[in-house]
Amino acid sequence: MSDYIISIRELTKCFGDFTAVNRISFDVKRGEIFGFLGANGAGKTTAMRMLCGLSFPTSGSGTVAGFDVMREGEQIKRHIGYMSQRFSLYNDLTVWENIRLFAGIYGLSKAETAVRATEALKRLNFTSERNTLVGSLPLGWKQKLSFAVATIHRPEVVFLDEPTGGVDPITRRQFWEMIYEAANSGTTIFVTTHYMDEAEYCTRVSIMVDGEVRALDTPARLKEQFAAESMDEVFRILARGAKRGG
Amino acid sequence: MSAIKVENISKSFGKVKALDHISFEVERGELFGLIGPDGAGKTTLFRLLTTLLNPDEGRAEVDGFDIVKDYHAIRERVGYMPGQFSLYQDLTVEENLNFFAALFGVKVEDSYDLIAPIYHQIEPFKKRRAGKLSGGMKQKLALSCALIHRPSVLFLDEPTTGVDAVSRSEFWDMLEDIKQRGITVLVSTPYMDEASRCDRVALCNEGRILGIDTPTDIVAKYDSSLYSVRADNMYQLLLATRKATGVAECYPFGETHHLIADAKFDIEQFKGELADIKGLYIEPAEPTIEDMFIKLMKQ
Repeated sequence: MSDYIISIRELTKCFGDFTAVNRISFDVKRGEIFGFLGANGAGKTTAMRMLCGLSFPTSGSGTVAGFDVMREGEQIKRHIGYMSQRFSLYNDLTVWENIRLFAGIYGLSKAETAVRATEALKRLNFTSERNTLVGSLPLGWKQKLSFAVATIHRPEVVFLDEPTGGVDPITRRQFWEMIYEAANSGTTIFVTTHYMDEAEYCTRVSIMVDGEVRALDTPARLKEQFAAESMDEVFRILARGAKRGG
Repeated sequence: MSAIKVENISKSFGKVKALDHISFEVERGELFGLIGPDGAGKTTLFRLLTTLLNPDEGRAEVDGFDIVKDYHAIRERVGYMPGQFSLYQDLTVEENLNFFAALFGVKVEDSYDLIAPIYHQIEPFKKRRAGKLSGGMKQKLALSCALIHRPSVLFLDEPTTGVDAVSRSEFWDMLEDIKQRGITVLVSTPYMDEASRCDRVALCNEGRILGIDTPTDIVAKYDSSLYSVRADNMYQLLLATRKATGVAECYPFGETHHLIADAKFDIEQFKGELADIKGLYIEPAEPTIEDMFIKLMKQ
């Protein structure tokens, strides 16, 4: 088994004559919390779509969870977890129905689903809410549930796209504790955020500008490299030079 | 006379109490921030003050006019930029601007000096349809349209949500400039770090105001003893710190964790209890707006 759960080289995506992602290369180690930062319009979403098997690269090479990003998009989708800020859950299904639906999509058997759903509800202290419609849950609960659903098939890597937008500071921290916990038990976390304090929680952080990865290291070393006090400052130094408008 | 005066306002939607007896005042020429997460009631408050909704209880004035009785007068003198992009996607940049000028019965030329610093940046794209603009450009167009009739009060509902840190900071520079021209600005944001850009802020959560003050004075009222802790393994540190003597609370805070100490806390004893944590470092910390928000939420 490779040490790297994601390994990409020179990955590029063009739309017509526009190069959205320009030859990005990096490796993500198993169990890392990998922060994927960038200014608006830098190409983050396009890059993430390629890593999740939703879009084929124009050129380059690489693997995610052991599958080829150029050819095996379907396999990648089945083996990763994905959570976006919005639209992750069905509001008019109950907590239990949402879990069952996603477990089914990921191909878990009925018996497995029952075991893992019960376990997930217990871990979240949600057992009493099992028959509650998701639409009536507070935002913070929905996010925790989204994370549980995105990892119900125990993927080796989970992609989180701005998971904490608009959440209060206490819930935001509870969410990060879930991330810490998952990473601690071996799940690799690939996360985007606009909160620079959250960049500090990552094992390593990459920063995209104008379609390229301009910096990649631990928060401590990035701060050293750019003689900056905080990740916020590192980000500002890099993003200020961006040519593409946000 | 205040630019905005809110007295004991409540508004419910079914069982949900969006605003629960809110009162505050905004001075003329102030840049006032409503800081809080989703569900705090920020958007409902904006819709009330811009006369798009009526309150269940209480009253409010904008520029001396009552939001229920004098809604017509208010609509003429306020600018409103909702959280959702609400210009016409299939009109060009220029057409949108002309349209809003026509609605308010003004000429674009007459307000050009006011919008120029913002509009300049999108003018090269004036023939482009609004729907084809990038997020940042849409925002600049929406702000230009909200200013076209020289409003006396400008309402901005989460203009920086989902925007990267550099663009956010540039947007606040624009607001500072608008304020310098004598326009009162009421702006909401879920980003706590933006509070420092406001003259005064109201911290909001679940339909209530937790506190109102200048950013400096909000932090000055923080009366718990706060420390920063760091170690090689931050997750392990978090769990261990919470079990240590005299620790009321410990939560992640950027590159460190923040520790709130109670009367039984002693640094040397703490270091002793956590002796097997590698790379342990602890020092007193300055509280931020976010620490205060967390504290107020728990009260």
